[in-house]
Amino acid sequence: MPDKPDRNAIEVRSVSKIFGTGDSQVAALDDVSVSIRENEFFTLLGPSGCGKTTLLRLIAGFDFPTDGQILLYGDDIAPLPPFKRPVNTVFQSYALFPHMTVAGNIGFGLEMLGKPKGEISARVDQMLKLVKMEALRDRKTSQISGGQQQRVALARALAPQPKVLLLDEPLSALDYKLRKEMQIELKRLQHETGITFIFVTHDQEEALTMSDRIAVMSSGKILQVGSPRDIYDRPAERFVADFIGETNFLTAKIASLDGGKASVTLSSGKNVAASVPEGRTPSGTVTIVVRPEHARVAKGDGHLVGTVENVVYFGTDTNIHVRLDDGTAFVARQQNTRSGSGGHEVGERVGIVVDDEAAQVLKD
Amino acid sequence: MASAAEIAEQAGRQDVRNRWLLTTPALAIIFLASIGPLFVVVLYSFLTPGPYGDVKWEFSTDAWVSVFLQRDIFDDTLGIADAHLSIFLRSVRLSFATTVLTLIFGFPTAYFIATRSEKTQALWLFLITIPFWTNLLIRTFAVQEVIRNEGLLNSFLVWSGLTSAPVQILYSDWAIAIGMIYVYLPLMVLPLYASMEKLDFRLVEAGYDLYATRFRVLRRIIIPLVKPGIIAGSILVFIPSLGAYVTPRVLGGGKQMMLGNLIELQFGAGRNWPLGAALALTLTVIVTVALLYYVRYVAEPERRHG
Repeated sequence: MPDKPDRNAIEVRSVSKIFGTGDSQVAALDDVSVSIRENEFFTLLGPSGCGKTTLLRLIAGFDFPTDGQILLYGDDIAPLPPFKRPVNTVFQSYALFPHMTVAGNIGFGLEMLGKPKGEISARVDQMLKLVKMEALRDRKTSQISGGQQQRVALARALAPQPKVLLLDEPLSALDYKLRKEMQIELKRLQHETGITFIFVTHDQEEALTMSDRIAVMSSGKILQVGSPRDIYDRPAERFVADFIGETNFLTAKIASLDGGKASVTLSSGKNVAASVPEGRTPSGTVTIVVRPEHARVAKGDGHLVGTVENVVYFGTDTNIHVRLDDGTAFVARQQNTRSGSGGHEVGERVGIVVDDEAAQVLKD
Repeated sequence: MASAAEIAEQAGRQDVRNRWLLTTPALAIIFLASIGPLFVVVLYSFLTPGPYGDVKWEFSTDAWVSVFLQRDIFDDTLGIADAHLSIFLRSVRLSFATTVLTLIFGFPTAYFIATRSEKTQALWLFLITIPFWTNLLIRTFAVQEVIRNEGLLNSFLVWSGLTSAPVQILYSDWAIAIGMIYVYLPLMVLPLYASMEKLDFRLVEAGYDLYATRFRVLRRIIIPLVKPGIIAGSILVFIPSLGAYVTPRVLGGGKQMMLGNLIELQFGAGRNWPLGAALALTLTVIVTVALLYYVRYVAEPERRHG
């Protein structure tokens, strides 16, 4: 991955957005601050209603913040109408103009910017090539498939060379295979154009595979910002850990603390090493998370002991659901081999071995 | 080889064709209510007027000649029928003006309604349709009350000192235009609303996003997309305007006639049914030509240059 320059393309400063008036007020965004670096693939991830689309719409200019500033390379753009912002959007529904051809759609932004005809035509051709749609230049947008519409929407938003490209769940309408294909395609386009992408999705897998950095949002707040690895391996909050991937939550006691490392005592009385969120000095009872693939089920003893409740096979892996002796449920995942049968039976007494560095202490 | 689905569809069509007897009610209505009367009108236009109205069964092209030409009562020469021509022109001019003005007033109105919340939309539509509850004649007299010399409008103008004497509006083309705009405005607003209500406002946002100003979004995105509504509204206003009868009669005072009044005159006091029939057919032709022209050159210019 190439080095990303350390300049902020977008800076969101304590932005709030309140919809409605009086008693029916809803805060869609509650004092949100985040910086998005130049040339970055930045993802806003969260369940529906978390405010991610609202934040995108504020950056695009379709709504205006109740409070706060939105800076684009240092200039406050929050009061500008959308047609005065060098920012383009790929809409969830694509929103292609049905009365124009593919080329007409792609050239629309340039036309509105008053570019000469020859330049528009050349740029449209260049864009069509970029998204591999040369053959469909003069088709009506109603005559092309969903995946092709998606590409036209991308080309249309990229054609005016915006400083930032906003993508509002652009892949959600595609089927699984096409979605996978477009994920790679998007990544390639971002790399080739060097434009800052802000991508909104509720699909954690999509976020993990595509992003340079992810901001996880819930109820109008940003909970954690970090690289996919950070977010997945070192979730700071219960919501983040729960929303992204499968997770086991365990109650534990801090035994000792040394900088970012802690030794915690599990309910079984055994100790495991755990990472601590930056700048925190937890003490007493804490919640730790262990990802299913970071724990092994062993015959006999382990860090934890319990009874197998269910064995779920799904191709690459098998999930083994264990009821621990203290009553909590725990899921361990193991990769399947062609010959092995997994080897664990429902009702069997097993031990669970937590990998080194696998446990993470949560903030709350 | 045809697929199973194609064969099934073929069989379905065959089935419908075989049951043609079931379509006779529809055919009967089309013949009795549409083609039949039109045929009678065509027939009458080639007959001779009877002395007390009605027709004599003698073939004559006099009616058609006098639609466009008139015989000089002194030297029997034929000249252009100025009176008819000016009535044709006034009808077309006033109908065209009414269509354009209802479009200008109706477009923002429809846009306003279409952008309200669903509940308020119903209320506004309800308000738009309220005038239909009152008889057309009564509504026209109400317009007369407003614009006559001692009416609301002139009283206000004189009282406020904007004019020293009442402005003569009644019994002019202006009066007819005002009346027709008032009467036909809902017919423009409703189809416009229907197509605006279907408009995907995300396209409007996409337009703004791609650097189009408000005016350009209106011209390049909204207007092309609500064109079906503009066409439907224009047709719904233009056709009845051309044949308007009550409004020019009441507000034009019988002096400023339109085609509808001229036709009525021939069937009534004029006792010249063949001429009335010929004029009615002329009106039909004008409407058809106007419609064809409109659909071809106004409604679909985009198809022409790809």
